[in-house]
Amino acid sequence: MFTKLHQNGKMQLLLGLGLGVAFGFLLQKGGVTDYDVIVRQLLLVDFTVVKIMLSAVVTGMLGIHLMRSLGWIRLSPKPGSLGSSMLGGLIFGAGFAILGYCPGTVAGAIGSGAMDALAGGLPGILAGAAAFAVLYPGLNRTILAWKDFGPVTLPELLRVNPWAVVLPVAGLIVLLLYWLESAAAP
Amino acid sequence: MEYLELSRWSPYAVGIGIGILSWISFLLSGQPLASSTAFTRTAGFLERLLLGKKAMERPYYQKFVPKIEWGWMLVVGVVIGAFISAQLSGTFRSCWVPGMWEGAFGAATWPRLLTAFGGGVLMGLGARWAGGCTSGHGISGTMQLALSSWIAAVSFFVGGIAGALLIFKAMA
Repeated sequence: MFTKLHQNGKMQLLLGLGLGVAFGFLLQKGGVTDYDVIVRQLLLVDFTVVKIMLSAVVTGMLGIHLMRSLGWIRLSPKPGSLGSSMLGGLIFGAGFAILGYCPGTVAGAIGSGAMDALAGGLPGILAGAAAFAVLYPGLNRTILAWKDFGPVTLPELLRVNPWAVVLPVAGLIVLLLYWLESAAAP
Repeated sequence: MEYLELSRWSPYAVGIGIGILSWISFLLSGQPLASSTAFTRTAGFLERLLLGKKAMERPYYQKFVPKIEWGWMLVVGVVIGAFISAQLSGTFRSCWVPGMWEGAFGAATWPRLLTAFGGGVLMGLGARWAGGCTSGHGISGTMQLALSSWIAAVSFFVGGIAGALLIFKAMA
C-alpha cells in the first residue's frame, strides 16, 4: 500500500520530519529526554523507560502484524550476528550508562535544553559513528560475521505462524508491566 | 490544550503513542522508526567537510550514503518536537550538568562534558556495531520480532545496568 507515496522523496522528507516531531514530543512528555530518568532506570529505581518501551512494543507489534497479515505493509527485520548484535549491544550499553541518553533521546534532550547532550553527547556519538565507518571493513570480515544468523525473526526460527509468537509475547509484556506496577505499589 | 501543557504524561500513554507512530511509519513511509543511521550520515557529511571527498570512499558511507533523507529529518523532528513539548509545559531550561550527575560528581561543567563525549563515542560506535539503537532495535526491531533486535535490546540493558551500577555505586 502507498508505494507511490513511499517513492515520493519530498513527501517522505516531510513525513520523516512530522513523525520525528511527534516522536520527540512524546519522548519529552514521557520524561525520557531527562538524564536523571534514564540513569535511574539503569540503576533499577525508576522503570519509566522500560514502561514506555514495552507499551510501545506491544501496541506497535499488534498493529504492524495485523497490517502485515492484511497485506498492507512489509516488515524489515534487521540482520544480525552474535558478534554484531551482542557485542555491539554491550558497547552501546556502556555508552548508554556513561552518556545517560541514547541517539533518539539525545536529540530530544537537546530540544529540552540539555547542554551536555548538545556539547558532549552529540559530538561524541558522531565521532563514534565515524570511528565505526573507519573500522567497518576490518570488523565486517571478522567480528561482525561471528555466529551470523541474518534477518531471521522469532516466528521464522520457531517455524510457526507469526501470531503464535505475537500473542504470547504481548501477553507476557502486559503481565510484566502489571507486575512492575504492583511491585512498585506500597 | 491543557493536556499538552502537562510536564509529564503517563508512560503508557507515551508508549501507546509511539506504538501508533510506528504503524503510521510502516504504512506511509514503508520503514520502521529509527534514529542512529542519521548520525552515520551526519558523520559522513562532517568527514567530507574535514577530509574531502576521499572519506566518501569508505564502504560504510556507500552503504549509508551521507544525504538528507527520511531518517535524518526524523531526528531533526525529534529536537523540534521535544522543544515544543518543553515550551508548552514550561520545563525548557538550559542545563549543563544534570541533577543525578551533580549529586554524585559535583557541579563542574568540564567533567560532565568530557564524560558525555566519551559515553557518546561508545554509544555511536556500539549503535553502528549492533546495527541499531534503542529506537531501531529496542522498539522497532523487537516489535517485528527480529532475533537481532531482541539480542541487541537485552545487551543494551545488560551493558547499561552494569555500567550505571559501576559508575554510581562503585565510583561515586
